[in-house]
Amino acid sequence: MTELAKLTIEKARDGLRKKAFSSAELTNSCLNAIQEAKGLNAFVHDTPEIAIKQATDADKALGQGDTSSMCGIPIGIKDLFCTKGVASQAASKILQGFKPEYESTITQNLWDSGAVMLGKLNMDEFAMGSSNETSVYGDVVNPWQEAKSNKKLSPGGSSGGSAAAVSADLCLAATGTDTGGSIRQPAAFVGITGLKPTYGRCSRWGVVAFASSLDQAGPMTKCVRDAAIMLEVMSGHDAKDSTSVDIPVPNFENFLTGDIRGKKIGVPKEYRMDGMPDEIEQLWTEGTAMLKDAGAKIVDISLPHTKFALPVYYVVAPAEASSNLARYDGVRFGHRSSLSLGDGITEMYEKTRAEGFGEEVKRRVMIGTYVLSAGFYDAYYNRARKVRTLIKGDFENVFAQNIDAILTPATPSSAFGLGEMKEVDPVQMYLNDVFTVPVNLAGLPGISVPTGLDKKGLPLGLQLIGRPWEEAEMLNIAYSLESSASFSDKPQQWW
Amino acid sequence: MAIDVDTARKVAKLARIAVPESELPKVAKELSGILTFMERLNEVDVTNVKPMTSVTPMELKRRRDEITDGNQQESVLANAPDTKEGFFAVPKVVE
Repeated sequence: MTELAKLTIEKARDGLRKKAFSSAELTNSCLNAIQEAKGLNAFVHDTPEIAIKQATDADKALGQGDTSSMCGIPIGIKDLFCTKGVASQAASKILQGFKPEYESTITQNLWDSGAVMLGKLNMDEFAMGSSNETSVYGDVVNPWQEAKSNKKLSPGGSSGGSAAAVSADLCLAATGTDTGGSIRQPAAFVGITGLKPTYGRCSRWGVVAFASSLDQAGPMTKCVRDAAIMLEVMSGHDAKDSTSVDIPVPNFENFLTGDIRGKKIGVPKEYRMDGMPDEIEQLWTEGTAMLKDAGAKIVDISLPHTKFALPVYYVVAPAEASSNLARYDGVRFGHRSSLSLGDGITEMYEKTRAEGFGEEVKRRVMIGTYVLSAGFYDAYYNRARKVRTLIKGDFENVFAQNIDAILTPATPSSAFGLGEMKEVDPVQMYLNDVFTVPVNLAGLPGISVPTGLDKKGLPLGLQLIGRPWEEAEMLNIAYSLESSASFSDKPQQWW
Repeated sequence: MAIDVDTARKVAKLARIAVPESELPKVAKELSGILTFMERLNEVDVTNVKPMTSVTPMELKRRRDEITDGNQQESVLANAPDTKEGFFAVPKVVE
């Protein structure tokens, strides 16, 4: 019986409160679905014992009248989150065998609210990738297939396991992380909702760092309401992360009225890229019309530095990564290379890192090392940081014109085939993030909402970008868009 | 700016990643491709623009300077590939 696993958080919460079923039954339904879906390669470390224990505890709490929205809700956790005593290796060989002695703040918040952990989810190694093909665990397979085809598709990345698991109803929701689009792009590729909060809304403590000034975790869910419910639990100030902000966390769900009359929605002309498929263009036009019909005012806006966002990102992110990943040296945790006679500590570092890191990670660490090295720091890193200021300034100018949110496509295409992008120039893969990266550079909240299918039968999503700290407003506009689009397609089960 | 094999070797060394000589030309080519992509940034006039240091304007929080953690030697060493007598163990560093 895997029917219960298909529920949204909202429906499951209502059912649990009415005692229509127990968290144990709901959890078992997910565990069965996970067993049947090994072919998707989404869950990579299953934790059924923890799940059953947490579900039993949740049933007790529910019996005593616990009204937390996430109480008894089974979820999956991206492998980037440290979970105490459970393998957490960022899909990298270099963290093979690593079992943290501590729990990330976000997962602790979730467990404290009564959520149930089903296991850890596949991803691109160290969250570096847009196709989930750089994982030490192997590729994740998208549950969606093109009409009349059994070609295996990428679920996007880096949170590809989270996306596939939610889309295939293996769990009710999952955590993701987003450095340049890693929640929103895979969400769009599998037809689910993915939200990246404002930088500082969620604590980064205990989340394996990739690029610290860009990384932010968020929920990946079956609908906008679920994103609101889960985000509230994940958010909040944490003394252990000095960049987590100390402001109240709203009850996001209370803002979901669907009433967006008079809201000003910006449509940026620079996001109309050369060579963009007609279907994306059409989807965007339709989404704009939906918001207009709902009473919003559509305003043409300009974000003039948009075309520089990707080059800035591919300087700043590798620079920060090269620094963050310096800790993987074979001394304190994870993999250490076997050494030859006469090898000293430098050989140990070099061999360990050569064996432990995959190709894309090595490439980014070396690029980062280069742009930070003496003689190139000003030409690349400092220049990129200056252009980043200009990109953020573009958004500030627009928001100063009282724009409430910005509507853009989420991705430049629907899901592509596994292997199709592997052999091309790495820069081609980076172009996947063209619509999502500026949001990370400016630290803004963004949400990807599924709004339609392309002619191949694959899901497509639109992105809403909100004002800083106004996730509630952004969620309400997303809720209106979701209601108008009424996207309800699911992948046909082939796995 | 194109990266030559010598620069690639130097970058690999700085990054502490062993790259065999035979792979250096491929690495140099890939890194050059990415750098070419970044060169678009030279089109932007950044005169008088301050480099971003914090994406969200905020005062850095301060805390009392007191010991709040410690005495966790076992936990600290639990994941180490090699330990000796309560320390991380590594190959000999000083002759």
